[in-house]
Amino acid sequence: MKAGIVVFPGTNRERDMAIALRVVTGREPVMIWHGETDLPDLDLVVLPGGFSYGDYLRCGAMAAHAPIMPAIRRFAEAGGHILGVCNGFQILTEAGLLPGALLRNGALRFLSQDCHLRVERNDTPFTRRWNAGDVFRAPMAHGDGNYIADDATIRELEDSGRIAFRYSRPDGRVDEGDRQTNPNGSVKAIAGVLSANLRICGMMPHPEDLVDPLMGGEDGKPLFEGLVEALVR
Amino acid sequence: MSSATGQKPVTEDLAREFGLTAEEYGNVLSIMGRTPSLTELGIFSVMWSEHCSYKSSRVWLRTLPTTAPWVIHGPGENAGVVDIGQGLAAIFKMESHNHPSFIEPYQGAATGVGGILRDVFTMGARPVANLNALRFGSPENPQTRRIVDGVVRGIGGYGNCVGVPTVGGEINFHPAYDGNPLVNAMTVGIARQDRIFLSAAAGIGNPVVYVGSKTGRDGIHGATMSSSEFDEDALAKRPTVQVGDPFVEKLLIEACLELMATDAIVAIQDMGAAGLTSSSVEMAGKGGVGIDLDLDAVPQRERGMTAYEMMLSESQERMLIVIHPDRTELARAIFEKWELDFAIIGHLTDTGHIVVRHQGRVEADIPLDPLADQAPLYRRPTAPSPEPAPLGPITDPVGIEQALIRLIGCPDLASRAWVWNQYDSTVGGQTVKRPGAADAAIVKVEGTSLGLALTTDCTPRYCRADARQGGAQAVAEAWRNIVATGARPLAVTDNLNFGSPEKPEVMGQFVAAIEGMGEACRALDFPVVSGNVSLYNETRAPDGSSVSILPTPAIGGLGVLDDVNRAIGLAMPDEGTLVLVGATRGELGQSLWLREIHGREDGAPPAIDLAAERRNGDFVRQQIEGGHVLACHDVSDGGILVALAEMAMAGEAGCILSAPQSGMRPEAFWFGEDQSRYVVAVRDAGAFTVAATAAGVETRVLGQVGGDGLTLPSGATISKARLKAVNSAFFPALMDD
Repeated sequence: MKAGIVVFPGTNRERDMAIALRVVTGREPVMIWHGETDLPDLDLVVLPGGFSYGDYLRCGAMAAHAPIMPAIRRFAEAGGHILGVCNGFQILTEAGLLPGALLRNGALRFLSQDCHLRVERNDTPFTRRWNAGDVFRAPMAHGDGNYIADDATIRELEDSGRIAFRYSRPDGRVDEGDRQTNPNGSVKAIAGVLSANLRICGMMPHPEDLVDPLMGGEDGKPLFEGLVEALVR
Repeated sequence: MSSATGQKPVTEDLAREFGLTAEEYGNVLSIMGRTPSLTELGIFSVMWSEHCSYKSSRVWLRTLPTTAPWVIHGPGENAGVVDIGQGLAAIFKMESHNHPSFIEPYQGAATGVGGILRDVFTMGARPVANLNALRFGSPENPQTRRIVDGVVRGIGGYGNCVGVPTVGGEINFHPAYDGNPLVNAMTVGIARQDRIFLSAAAGIGNPVVYVGSKTGRDGIHGATMSSSEFDEDALAKRPTVQVGDPFVEKLLIEACLELMATDAIVAIQDMGAAGLTSSSVEMAGKGGVGIDLDLDAVPQRERGMTAYEMMLSESQERMLIVIHPDRTELARAIFEKWELDFAIIGHLTDTGHIVVRHQGRVEADIPLDPLADQAPLYRRPTAPSPEPAPLGPITDPVGIEQALIRLIGCPDLASRAWVWNQYDSTVGGQTVKRPGAADAAIVKVEGTSLGLALTTDCTPRYCRADARQGGAQAVAEAWRNIVATGARPLAVTDNLNFGSPEKPEVMGQFVAAIEGMGEACRALDFPVVSGNVSLYNETRAPDGSSVSILPTPAIGGLGVLDDVNRAIGLAMPDEGTLVLVGATRGELGQSLWLREIHGREDGAPPAIDLAAERRNGDFVRQQIEGGHVLACHDVSDGGILVALAEMAMAGEAGCILSAPQSGMRPEAFWFGEDQSRYVVAVRDAGAFTVAATAAGVETRVLGQVGGDGLTLPSGATISKARLKAVNSAFFPALMDD
C-alpha cells in the first residue's frame, strides 16, 4: 500500500501518522506539501492532525482551500481512499468531502485523554479488522471535536450506515448525554463518519498514537492493518 | 510609552524610570563619555536589568556544579546540553514567566512556553517534551481561579498547537503566591551531537539575518518589568505583556530545523527578553566582534516605529542568525517556503561596537565590551532566616483513615487530571509514561532504544522553613523521581524564584538554597546545565507591606534509559509485595499532614542525608534494571500512605497493609515525610530485602498487593472508588467545571 501524508503549515501529527504507517505497511509514506498541485500515485491519502494555518478563521477552513486540495478532490472522485484524523477530519468537512462540522468541545476546553470507540460496521477498508460492535481505545486531543450536522444529514448518515465510530463506554454502551462517555458532546456520540462510497473516513481520535505496546497499547493498529489488506496491490 | 519618552530628554530621572540606579547611570555616562541617546539608554537598561544581567545572583550561581563527563554545554548557552548516548544530545532548560502570567495569564503562560521552546530549538534540537512547574495562590483567593484558568489554557493553547507534548510538571497552591503566581516552563529537545548550534557570532562582514514574525510595539520593557516588584498598578502594565502566535512558532521550528540541516548557519539566537537588543549584543559580545544593524530593514508590524521601540520590543517568534554570505539565498528560500519573514538587517564588524542605524541616523553606538564587562554585579547583604522552632508534641485528632481522605483531596495532592487533560501529552507518538503514570514522564527518543525521564520538583514550604535543606531536597526529589522509573539521572535545569534581592532575608534564602542545591548536585552527580533566576516576586499585603513568595527553587531533572522498554511506572501491579526502601523516623515537621490536619506550617523540614539518598537510589535503580521491580513510587508529600493510595488509584489492584513500625506513632509512620524513600512492588520480597541489606539499604515490608482498595492494618478498607472520588473533586470544584 502506497500512502501519502499531506502536510499543511501547522500540521503536527504527520510524524505520528508516518510511524503508524511504517509499522503496519513496512514502507515509508510519502510526505506531500500543501503547495503541491498534483498527487503521486497513491493508494491512500492521509490528512493528519494538527493546527493547519493555526486553526485561524475556523479549524480546517483555510486548509480546505490549499493548492493541494483540488488534486485531493480529484483523487476522491476517482474512488481514492482518504483518511482524515482530527484536523484532517475538520479539513474534510470544510472541503465538503464529508458531511457535518466540528464545533468547540461542549465543555469549551481542549481535551486530551483516552476515549473508547465503538466500531459501527466492519465492511469498510477502515474497519474490516474489527467486528461490528467492537470497542477500542484511542487518545483524543482536540479543542473542536463536537460533531454536528442538521437532522436530515444525521438521519441519512444513520440510515445509510455512514457512521464509522461512536464514543462509547468500554463495554460498548453509547450515552450521548454523558460527558464521561461522549466527552466533546458530539451529536449521537459520533466520532467518525464515512463518505457515501465508504472510501473516505474522518475521525477525531488518534488511532495512530496507539500502535505500540510501549506507548500503552496497539488498539489503533487494526485500522491501518485493514487498510493494508484492502488496498495492497 | 514611545510618545511620552520620545519627547523626554535623557536624564538620571529617566534612567531611574528605566530601572537603572544613580550609580549604574553614572557608569553608563563614563562608558559613553557623553549623555546616551534614548535608544542607548534603553539598551543599557535592559542589558543591565536583573532579568538579563543576573546582577544579584551571578556571584552565587557560579558556585553551582556544572560539569560532568556527560555535560556537553553547561550554563552560558541558550540551554544546557548533555550526552544521552548513540551520538545524540538532550538540550533543555526551564524559564519563568511569572509577572506576565499574573497580569495576563493566558498570554503570559503561552509566551513562556514559546520562549523556552525557542531557547531549545535555537541550538538545533527538535523539541520533544514540555513540562511546567506552576504555583498559584490560595484556592480561596478570588483571583486564583482566573489565573489557573488562563495559565492552563495558555500552556495548552501554545504547546498543543506547536505539537510538542506536555508530559509533566507540578502544581502547588499557597497564599504566598496570591498576586504573584509562578509559571516555570521547561522544554526538552533532541539533537545530533555533531549538529549543535551556538550563539557566538563570527566572521567580519557576515550578514545578520532576522527571521520569524514582524516586530511590533508589544512587550517593550518586559525585561525591566520582570525585574521590579509588583505594585497596585500591576494590571495597568498589561501592554508590556507579549502576545504569542504558536502557529508562527511551529513554522519557525520547522524552518530553522530545515536550515540547520544545511551548513548555512554561523550562529543563531532567539529574540527573547529584550528582543533584538539582547540577541544582537550577546551574539556579538560572545564572538568578540562588532555588529551594525540597519533598522529600516527590520520587518515591522506597525508604522512609524522608533529605533528605541524596535530595539526593546519583545514581539514573539523571532530569531537572529549570522549566516555564511554565500548561503543567504538558500536560507531565504527555506523561510519563504514556510511563509516567514526573512531580512538581512545588518552585518558583523571589527569595531567592537553595536551600531544601530535608522532612517539615516545613528541611533546607538555602544562599545560592547564594557556593556558586558561593566554590567553591575552585586553581592547584596544577606540575613539568616530564623531556625524553625521544634514542633513539640503532636496529637492525632482524626485517625489514619480520615487523615488520608483529607490529604488526597487537598489542593496540593488532588488529581491534576483536569489540568493534564487540557494538554496534548501524546502528540509525536513517543510518550511512554503520560502525566501521573510514573514519577517522571518517559518519552522515547524516536528511532532509538533510548528514553528520557523528565520531572520538575520543589517543595517551597520546606524551603521557607530551611532554604538550605529545601534546596537540597528539591534536587534530591528530582533525582529520586527519575530513579523511580529506572532511568539514570544526568543533569538539571533550575528556575530560582525568590522575592526581592534587596531584602537581606530573601537574599539569605537565595544563597542558602543555592548552597543546598550545590551540595545535593555534587553528592548525586547531577550538575546544573542551564537555568533562570526570577527575583522581585513580591506582592502587597493589605497593610501595604511587601510580601515575598515562598522561596521556590524549581528543579527540572533529566535522566536517560538506555532501553526505554525497561521503564516502570507507579501503578499498582496485579500481584506482589509492597516494600518500603529507606529509613523512617516519622518526620512530621512541615508535612502536609501537619498543614491539612492541624492547620500548621511549623517545624523543621525532614532531614536529608545525601549519602543515604545516593545509596537508596542506586540500589532501587539497579533492582529496576535487573527486572526485579514491578512498580515504584517515591515517598514525598503526604508520606507512605499517600504514596500507596496514589499507586492504587493509578492501577487496577489495591493493597493490604501490615502494622506500622513498632515504637512509632501511626500518623508519624504513615504520613511522615522522611526523605530518600521509595515504595516498590516486587515479586520476590525475600530476594529484594536480602539484596538491600547487602547494599546497606534499609527496607521494610508494608503489605501485599490485593483487594479493591486500601486495607489498613485495622482491617478497615477504603475503596478505590472512594479514593478516586475524593482525589478528583478539587479541580472541578475550584473551576466550577
